[in-house]
Amino acid sequence: MTKFNALSRQYWPTLVLFAFLLASWQAAVSFGGIREYLLPAPLTVWNALWHGDTSWSQHIWTTTFEIIGAFVLAAGTGMALGVAIAWSPLLANALVPFLVFVNTLPKVAIAPLFLIWMGYGIFPNMLMGALIGFFPVVINTAVGLSQVEADMLDLGRVFSAPKWKIFLKIRIPNALPYILSALKITATAAVVGAIVGEFVASQKGLGYVIQTTQSSMNTSVAFAALIWISAVGLALYGAVVLAAHLWAPWAEGVD
Amino acid sequence: MIYEAASGPVEALARISLSVDAGEFVSLVGPSGCGKSTLLRIVAGLRPATAGTVSVAGREVTRPIPDIGMVFQAPILLKWRTILENVLLPAELAGKDAGALRGRAIELLEMAGLHGFADKLPRELSGGMQQRASLCRALLLDPPLLLMDEPFGALDAMTRDDMALELLRIWGEHDLAREARKTVVFVTHSIPEAVFLSDRVVVMSPRPGRIAADLRIDLPRPRTVELRATEAFGRLNLEIFRTLTGRTVGATAAG
Repeated sequence: MTKFNALSRQYWPTLVLFAFLLASWQAAVSFGGIREYLLPAPLTVWNALWHGDTSWSQHIWTTTFEIIGAFVLAAGTGMALGVAIAWSPLLANALVPFLVFVNTLPKVAIAPLFLIWMGYGIFPNMLMGALIGFFPVVINTAVGLSQVEADMLDLGRVFSAPKWKIFLKIRIPNALPYILSALKITATAAVVGAIVGEFVASQKGLGYVIQTTQSSMNTSVAFAALIWISAVGLALYGAVVLAAHLWAPWAEGVD
Repeated sequence: MIYEAASGPVEALARISLSVDAGEFVSLVGPSGCGKSTLLRIVAGLRPATAGTVSVAGREVTRPIPDIGMVFQAPILLKWRTILENVLLPAELAGKDAGALRGRAIELLEMAGLHGFADKLPRELSGGMQQRASLCRALLLDPPLLLMDEPFGALDAMTRDDMALELLRIWGEHDLAREARKTVVFVTHSIPEAVFLSDRVVVMSPRPGRIAADLRIDLPRPRTVELRATEAFGRLNLEIFRTLTGRTVGATAAG
C-alpha cells in the first residue's frame, strides 16, 4: 500500500498531463473542426482499438511473436558473440570490425533483400528485429565481462581457479547488469525491427495494418495499431526491467 | 620461507633477499612506489619475477599455490553474493566441496564478529566489516601463509586500530603457540601499525625497492592498546621513521 502511495506520488503529474493532453485533443477535434481522417479524436481511436473491422488479435499475436523472437535471437547471439570477444583476443580481432560494419548498415535498406531471400513470413521480420537489436548486447556483454577489477581477478588466481571458473563465478555475474541494461535497448529495437520488416513485406501484423490504412485513409485504425505496438513494446520492456530487478538486484541504478 | 626477487625494466625491486620463519608476523613498510605490493604479488605467484626466486615451504613459487591466503587493500567482495557465499568462494574456485566448508566459514565469521551477517550482501556492511569478511575468506582454506596488502589502508584511523587488535586475536596471539600460528607478510605504509602488529619490520626504500633495514620488534605479546603509549613503542617508531627519511637527529617534529 505504501508502495502504491509512493508510486502515485511520483506519477500523478504524468497522469494529470496525460489527461489534459487527451482532453485538449478531443476538444480540438470535436469543437475545433479538425477532420477525423487527418486526426481522429481519442474516443474514435478508443473505439477502433476494440471494435471495427480489424481482427486485432491475430495481428497483435503475429507482431508480438516476431518481437519476442527478435528479442530472443538478438539476446542469444549477442551474448554468445560478447562472450567470444571477451574470451579470446583472437576472436575479438576477427569479429569486432565485422560486427561494427554490420551495425553501420542501415537495416531498413536490407529489408528488401530479406524479402528476396526469404519471401513473406514471420521469420524475416524476426531477423530484422534481431539485426537491429543485437549490437548493444554484444558490446555490453564484452564490456561487462572485461570490466572486472584487477584485484578481483587476482583474487581468483590466488585460489588457482581455472579460466573458465573465473568466467563463470566472477566475470559473468559481473557482466549481468551490463547485459540487462543492453537488453532494455534491445527490447525497443526488436519492436522497431519487426515493424520495419512488416512494412516491407507482410500479410499480417500491426505494421501491416498501418500500411493498409494508408490507402483507405482509415487513420483511427493506424492510431489504434500504434497504441497496440507501444503496448507490446512496453510489456516487453517491463519484463526486462522486472528480470533485471529479480536477477541483479545488487546492480539497481547501474544504467 | 625464503624469497629473493629482482628487477624488471622499470626495476621495481632490486636485490631483495629476505627469509621469513614459519609463524612469524613480518611487515613490509615503505613509501608508495617502493615495490612492497609488487613484492607481495611476486610471493603470491601473481606476477613473475624477472630474476630471482621465491620459495614457500621449500617449494619454488612460479604461479599461485594453494598454501597462500591473500587479503587486498579493498575487500573486493563479490557484490552479488552474500557474505557467507563470499567467504566460501575460495572453496568453489579451488574446486573444493563448499558445502563441507560451510561450518568452518560460519565459525570464521563468528570469530570475526560477523555472526548475523552471513546472509547479508556486502553493501549492507561497513568498510571495516567488509574487510573482516575478506579476512575470513582468506582464512577459509587454512593457508599456512597469509599475505596482506595494506588491508586496513582504506579504513578510518579508529577502525584501523581496532582491526589491528582483531587481526592479532584471529591470528592466535592469545591462544596459539607460535609454531601453530600462520606466517603473515603484511604490507603497510603506517609505521605504528607495522610496529604494533609485527615480530619483524622490514623497511623498504623506493625506486628500485630494496631493503633499508630489518628490525626485530621485541615487544611483549599479546599486544595491547596500552602498548602504543610506551616508550619502547615510540622508540621503534622513531627508529623506523629515521631509516625511511634518512634523518638522524631531531626528526620527531619533522612533517
